[in-house]
Amino acid sequence: MEQKTKIKVEDGKQDLVITREFDLPLELLFKAYTEPELVEQWMGTKVIKLENRNHGSFQIETSHKGNVMFKANGTIHEFLPNQRIIRTFEMENIPVGVQLEFLEFEQLNPDTSKLTMQIIYRSEKHRAEQLKLPFAYGLNMAHDRLQAILSELI
Amino acid sequence: MNLRRDVFQAIADPTRRAILLLVASQSMTAGAIAANFDTARPTVSKHLQILTECELLKQEQNGREIYYHVNANKMEEVADFVEQFRKMWDDRFNKLEAIMQAYKTKE
Repeated sequence: MEQKTKIKVEDGKQDLVITREFDLPLELLFKAYTEPELVEQWMGTKVIKLENRNHGSFQIETSHKGNVMFKANGTIHEFLPNQRIIRTFEMENIPVGVQLEFLEFEQLNPDTSKLTMQIIYRSEKHRAEQLKLPFAYGLNMAHDRLQAILSELI
Repeated sequence: MNLRRDVFQAIADPTRRAILLLVASQSMTAGAIAANFDTARPTVSKHLQILTECELLKQEQNGREIYYHVNANKMEEVADFVEQFRKMWDDRFNKLEAIMQAYKTKE
């Protein structure tokens, strides 16, 4: 089966490109990025602020058992409905640093659409830190689960 | 965890990536590898040491010579980082698609 989400990570570069085709009309895909309640659902995070306009800003955070575990924020540089969002994105206290994101939304046919997301990092090293994150999270989660099982046994 | 970090630091360096590419096609001695670079021999040795320590390269004794070759298993693990990142986005986008399809029928 062909992969729906594709990623291009080239050696010696400090950016990456993620592309995805959706079985969704363009307007619905774009809405998923602009309605706070919808963003919260698919990102699994709380939206503190989301200003969908040029020079607007946004803030998100994720809590676990009452503690804030993850915080991120950014500024929207360009907001063009159903076409483009250019914004910065920064995860707080994570060594990835600020990244610049170009999100291009396209209609393929009335029922399908495509998102192309180019993310530019400060350096190739910062990009590597980002790529490592899901792996590190996976490892931490496995470790937490193991701890939970062990503490039940003791 | 530290080992993982080292692998990433190892491949973040352009000279070390060039060494990996060079050795990928055939096993080589440190001298043969160094001959391909303008960098001083001790610098190349240091790079080889780092690549060996994080298991991207393996040493093999052949008579009096030590040959370096690529540790294919480890290289696959590095490729896995990108795959894990892709999968994270794939899961996220699948969720987006499902939520928005439900949203569409609600309207």
